[in-house]
Amino acid sequence: MIEITDLHKSYPVGNRKLHVLKGINFSAQEGELISIMGSSGSGKSTFLNILGILDEGDEGKYLLDNTPIKNLSEKVAANYRNQFLGFIFQSFNLINYKTALDNVALPLYYQGVNRKERLEKSLFYLEKVGLADWADHLPSELSGGQKQRVAIARALASDPKVLLADEPTGALDTKTSYEVMDLIQQINDEGKTILIVTHEPDIAKMTKRIVHLKDGLIIKDERIEPVKAMANV
Amino acid sequence: MFNIERWQEIFEAISKNKLRTFLTGLSVSSGIFILIILLGVAEGLKKGIKKQFEQDIPTKIQIFPGTTSKGFKGLNPNRRIKFNTSDYAHVTEKYKPEIQYQATNLVKYGGVTTYEDKNGNYILYGTMPDNLFLANAYLIAGRFISEKDLKNKAKVVVLGQRPIKDLFDGDYKAAIGKIISINSIKFKVIGVYEDNGGERQDTYMYIPHSTITRIYNLTNDIGRMEFTLNPIEDYTTALNKAEDFAQRVTNQLKAKYSVHPDDLKGVRYYNALEGGKSFYMLNFGLKIFFWGIGILTLISGIVGVSNIMLIIVKERTKEIGIRKALGAQPKAIVNMILHESIFITIISGLIGLFAGIIILDIINNNLEIEFLLNPTVPFNVAVITLIILIIAGAIAGYIPARHASKIKPIVALRDE
Repeated sequence: MIEITDLHKSYPVGNRKLHVLKGINFSAQEGELISIMGSSGSGKSTFLNILGILDEGDEGKYLLDNTPIKNLSEKVAANYRNQFLGFIFQSFNLINYKTALDNVALPLYYQGVNRKERLEKSLFYLEKVGLADWADHLPSELSGGQKQRVAIARALASDPKVLLADEPTGALDTKTSYEVMDLIQQINDEGKTILIVTHEPDIAKMTKRIVHLKDGLIIKDERIEPVKAMANV
Repeated sequence: MFNIERWQEIFEAISKNKLRTFLTGLSVSSGIFILIILLGVAEGLKKGIKKQFEQDIPTKIQIFPGTTSKGFKGLNPNRRIKFNTSDYAHVTEKYKPEIQYQATNLVKYGGVTTYEDKNGNYILYGTMPDNLFLANAYLIAGRFISEKDLKNKAKVVVLGQRPIKDLFDGDYKAAIGKIISINSIKFKVIGVYEDNGGERQDTYMYIPHSTITRIYNLTNDIGRMEFTLNPIEDYTTALNKAEDFAQRVTNQLKAKYSVHPDDLKGVRYYNALEGGKSFYMLNFGLKIFFWGIGILTLISGIVGVSNIMLIIVKERTKEIGIRKALGAQPKAIVNMILHESIFITIISGLIGLFAGIIILDIINNNLEIEFLLNPTVPFNVAVITLIILIIAGAIAGYIPARHASKIKPIVALRDE
């Protein structure tokens, strides 16, 4: 599903260059649930942004579902994001004047799905995250956990190949975090490939594979038996 | 292209962001409103000031027949010169491209006029349709002499204020259609004019030129010729042109009637433009002044609309980032912002436009200020103003929208 070879990325800082990613080799198969761990400055967010075609590496090769991701125009990048990827952010990033349902429907709008079908599909995914009753509510009327679940429904709505989550539990308390992780595990059980960036070890333990990043390099890549999130709620 | 899905999305954004929509709309419509009011007041001031200063049309050229003062080609002095219809036809044909208004006027004093038991003595003017403009008079009832009246030698008359006061007790509306008797010939009153030129100008009775020549049996005397030339903005050019025109016509007539070229009395002309410099300068000054006001207000309107558009796009940077992360293409982002801004600008612009026009109309109907006459904005000017502001709003929205559409989603989404 994901094939990355010798990925480099550096940012200009003043006159100098800050080498963030120093040659990363990484691959992920379909159906994996992977967490990417590292302290701040380890390059994990940059890595995720490149995976999410929100940013581009300087060197190296990136194959997403056998499609090379290199020198894409804005238009093609937008298309790939829409087709291949679903995003979950730490700060949810819902559009505050749209209802939960309309937020979930937004990726489908950009796929050109008509309104009726869009709302039907969105309601289906809201039901899946247990928020069908909240469809007509604005984000400001939802709790943090509910917002993140709407965001997850939105990420699922376009039926992407890969879900990318950047600190999905970073803004939530422990109990709510585990509820969200439970939902993520359920989605993974249905076969979706999911990548989570986190710095919380207990969250990482709920995934099937932990990739440790330090100073722009993968220092450890281990497969583990995931802890069931439900057990901790 | 019209796309119902896109418009649904835009209407949602507009209707869910009521405050933002309202503020944008308010700034745009108040901008247009102020612009329209200013343009209207400027127009009214212009008309009012003009009216205060104008009495006779300042561009009129008159060619008079007279009595020769010098002998020439064996002819004695003191010979009376008279113009005939073919002279007039020749001049008007030859100078057709230059002439704006044209008429011949044959004046007869002592028009003894009676209506029922009232009577008076006024000046009888045999004239042509264009003379309404040449005399700078305007109708307050009925109509002026027409080409058809000329052709039919109709016995119709357009009265000034004096005969109306004497014969009809000032009731000018009642005069229309009445039969009055001038020197024992019956005429039908077809119109009443007003002239700011003075008391003398109020005592004229205009009848068709062909009718007066018939009554007085004057087929070979058409009286004087009067013209105005096509307007020219620049005073010096206009004056030179008028002078040249008057001299050419005069010389041609002098040659025809064997008048000595230096004879100042045989055929003479009067060029009103010579004394019209101050009027021209005033007109020019007013024009510059109000163009200045108009352009400055338009600029302030454009700045206002652009400013709002910039703020809106800035405020929506994060939303744009989210939309891009979800797969919105740059074009879709630009389209969304442009559609919204154009839609709001058009609707609120129209509201401001009509509010301005209504207010001007109220001012127009309720205020009597001498220097403010008829403060209206020509509709096409108003529409052009609106279109300029809409285009300005679109451009002002487009630049930041394009910029925003190029921002990388990670930058837009970065938490503060």
